[in-house]
Amino acid sequence: MDTGVGLAVLKPADSPLTLTGITVAYGEKPVVLAVDAAFEPRAMTAIIGPNGAGKSTLLKAALGIVPRLAGAVTVFGQPLAAARSRIAYVPQRASVDWDFPATVLDVVRMGMYRQVGLLRRFTPAQKARTRACLDRVGMEAFADRQIGQLSGGQQQRVFLARALAQAADLYLLDEPFAGVDAATERALVDVLKTLKAEGRTIVAVHHDLATVRDYFDEVLLINQRRIAMGPVGTTFNRVNLQTTYGGRLGAAQVAEIEAQA
Amino acid sequence: MSFLAALSLQAGYNAALVAVGAAMLGFAAGAVGTFLTLRKRALVADALAHATLPGVALAFLAMVALGGDGRSLIGLLAGSALSAGLGLWLIEAMARRTRLPEDAAIGAVLSVFFGAGVVLLTVIQTLSAGRQAGLEGFLLGSTAGMLWQDAVVIAAGGAVALCATYVLRRPLQLLAFDPQQAAALGYDLRRLDLALMALVMAVTVIGLKLVGLVLIVALLIIPAVTARLWSNRSGRMIWLAGGIGALSAYVGAALSASVADVPTGPIMVLIAAAVFAVSLLVAPQRGILAGAIRRARLRRDWA
Repeated sequence: MDTGVGLAVLKPADSPLTLTGITVAYGEKPVVLAVDAAFEPRAMTAIIGPNGAGKSTLLKAALGIVPRLAGAVTVFGQPLAAARSRIAYVPQRASVDWDFPATVLDVVRMGMYRQVGLLRRFTPAQKARTRACLDRVGMEAFADRQIGQLSGGQQQRVFLARALAQAADLYLLDEPFAGVDAATERALVDVLKTLKAEGRTIVAVHHDLATVRDYFDEVLLINQRRIAMGPVGTTFNRVNLQTTYGGRLGAAQVAEIEAQA
Repeated sequence: MSFLAALSLQAGYNAALVAVGAAMLGFAAGAVGTFLTLRKRALVADALAHATLPGVALAFLAMVALGGDGRSLIGLLAGSALSAGLGLWLIEAMARRTRLPEDAAIGAVLSVFFGAGVVLLTVIQTLSAGRQAGLEGFLLGSTAGMLWQDAVVIAAGGAVALCATYVLRRPLQLLAFDPQQAAALGYDLRRLDLALMALVMAVTVIGLKLVGLVLIVALLIIPAVTARLWSNRSGRMIWLAGGIGALSAYVGAALSASVADVPTGPIMVLIAAAVFAVSLLVAPQRGILAGAIRRARLRRDWA
């Protein structure tokens, strides 16, 4: 287990997202225990850990979607409430009812409701923005399609487009590649890498250990507690992985990951 | 012929006003019901409606005790809102603080409050002051003895509820489709849910006299699910459901005014249900016929 050196090096004001002592419990069962993390700006960070390790819960606690038992969240040096407009969240695709009466364009527009307000109409510029966001994820042809008719990969693209419409600086994604085909995964990764090139920060809960080195710069390994955090090159190693997964990873699996290094 | 006269607002000034008030209420019920059903909280609305009864009875007793005749609609509605609010709070508290599942809490509140209300009504029947109170009209709704100002209260209340629904349509849409995203955007989910329930309560309370507390939930649900058959966009559903609700309530009120002693609520519900049944059959994409044709075509093309 590391000593949290990253926190000392990175001051909260420099980090897009700083978590201190985040603790979450569902009922009386602790899910996340005193997790500290300071995420690197302009980087892609993967949150990695076994099922039930509290990865999704950590993201939700950071956003105040689930209540924290303890801990503090700082976003670009500000309290969460003051910086919400700079964050875009992409929940798990399966968390919503896709039979909801909305078109693809309707869903992307929902990302802009905070900017547009209660009563104002969408301006031509805002309408153009929503189209451009759909274009970016390759879904412009589906703008008027009912969302119930989309495939899993298309649903994930629409969710990413909705996040893009928020024009945020920090993107938090919960398993964005779960259950999508290889072509969609490639397309999504390309969009995320472009975002990073534009100076934005991406944090994603990620499951596929084989692609971590390809996609991400940084990793946060957790299993209820923080196991390790740092650059993929140094932190994503055999010792930390076996600690995170409680020694349950197969030897062949770890060897494959190490061979990529 | 009296029914046709009532339909065309020729059955007298009062009957016409009641029909127009009913239409406004029906429109509001359809619009609010759109978000109620999309948020899947229809059963809470039913419990809330049944929880109004003790409030109506207690408000009547209080007004009589204070020397009135106990028939002021505003007073009765205020009492119903208070007890519905208490019922809603109990459901929330039970689901939140105990291990009781929400559906059990809903069932418990619905039956206990309704039972208490029926006992109070029976007590009122035995009081000399209560003989002509007409409180049993609040169960299934009636247009009988409805005054000009009652119709105005109903129409104005419906208009306010409709405006509030329109103002909140975007947050409510987010709440219904993706509550996590709504929370991440900084919306307070608890307050949004409360706002939705406040709208439901407003429609319920306003509609008590006309539709009755037993069936008001149907006017919230049936127009909304009918509109869902015709539209794939929640923004349009609001207006469609409002239109279907307004039509059902208007025709129901007119029929009830022209046929003596027919309770209003059941007629409105039957009309709404007829529109629903026809829609279920012929709706373009989600209808039964459309589905059968699609399957038949598929079979023909692949056989």
